[in-house]
Amino acid sequence: MTRSRPYDDVPGTTVFDERMSRKGYHLNQFCMTLMKPENRERFKADNRAYLDEWPMTEAQKQAVIDRDYNKMLSLGGNIYFLAKIFSSDGLSFQFAASTMTGVTEEAYVQMMLSGGRSPDGNRYKYEWERS
Amino acid sequence: MARISAGVATSHVPAIGRAIDTGQTQTDYWKPMFDGFEFSRRWEEAEKPDVVFLVYNDHATAFSLDLIPTFAIGVADAYEIADEGFGARPVPRVEGHADLAWHIAGSVIEQDFDLTIVNKMDVDHGLTVPLSLMFGQPDAWPCKVIPFAVNVVQYPVPSGRRCYNLGKAIRTAIQTYDEDLNIQIWGTGGMSHQLQGPRAGLINQPWDNAFLTDIVDNVDRLISIPPEEYIREAGSEGIELVMWLIMRGALDDKVTELHRHYHVPASNTAIGHIILKNGK
Repeated sequence: MTRSRPYDDVPGTTVFDERMSRKGYHLNQFCMTLMKPENRERFKADNRAYLDEWPMTEAQKQAVIDRDYNKMLSLGGNIYFLAKIFSSDGLSFQFAASTMTGVTEEAYVQMMLSGGRSPDGNRYKYEWERS
Repeated sequence: MARISAGVATSHVPAIGRAIDTGQTQTDYWKPMFDGFEFSRRWEEAEKPDVVFLVYNDHATAFSLDLIPTFAIGVADAYEIADEGFGARPVPRVEGHADLAWHIAGSVIEQDFDLTIVNKMDVDHGLTVPLSLMFGQPDAWPCKVIPFAVNVVQYPVPSGRRCYNLGKAIRTAIQTYDEDLNIQIWGTGGMSHQLQGPRAGLINQPWDNAFLTDIVDNVDRLISIPPEEYIREAGSEGIELVMWLIMRGALDDKVTELHRHYHVPASNTAIGHIILKNGK
């Protein structure tokens, strides 16, 4: 018996359920340590050395080093945990969101000023596959 | 006897905190958003609540993946302001009301809701941004606060109906507290927003406005909304709106709408705000 997951057909969205949480446990727990200034300094000084202290997969570590947030999401990262990474970098949520949508920050800010991304055409995966 | 005089709902975007803390509330970008809270600050100055029961979600701050409570009530005398990765917000620390909080915890658990009892936790923007929006920048917050954290990060999250019924249990708990206190309940978070993935930036203004209208006097529709509809229609982080239903459940069936404000955008988010006074 499989539990129903009626959100799986929403496009461009990763729902942080137990499948993601189990995958991302160490990635997300690493992010929590960036709430301490001394840890932020150590991380900034040498990303790789800091990440090597965690039992994360190589793909997870590389995604962090590359600041590839979509990749981190697909490997179990949760956005509120990942926020500690871009906050440590001194970057805003809006900047991070723009990198995930594949447009420039300027274009993203403009989209938000124009009322944001419409739900029309963005509710179901088949709508994205068709276009 | 303690009484709930009013409910407040408001979004709690971190960028709002940053705009307040860095003196940018009057810029072209931010002014229209903050103008919608001027009434609210004047109203709070007149209302002078003794305690705010503040429903919010912790954003991977006090609770990591080591421990994930669905509902957590703060019973401490005070809470420190969290460093969320860019230093703690320069706002006063939050004073709790331990006696009332323990009373509510006991009563609500006896009404069959499982609460996690928290003696020590730091509070993040989910709690401090609403305080700033409603009270401005005082040297000390003008009332005590009972933090009530809801898990909307790890799925499955509590349903809207469960949140609404929990609000009713909180109401019963507050009404059986002997001291004469003026209590407000706030529900925070929302409205439509999605912070992650290629679909980030989703905003659904018609859906949000229908939610604002129905929270006044058609809450039966709202408590039937399943989690996947929040995700699909209001973005993955729009699920925070279930916390507004805890607030609504704690109020009378009939309420009076005193103030409403809706603004797009604040960073990635649609800002919604409503004040509901108990009774007609």
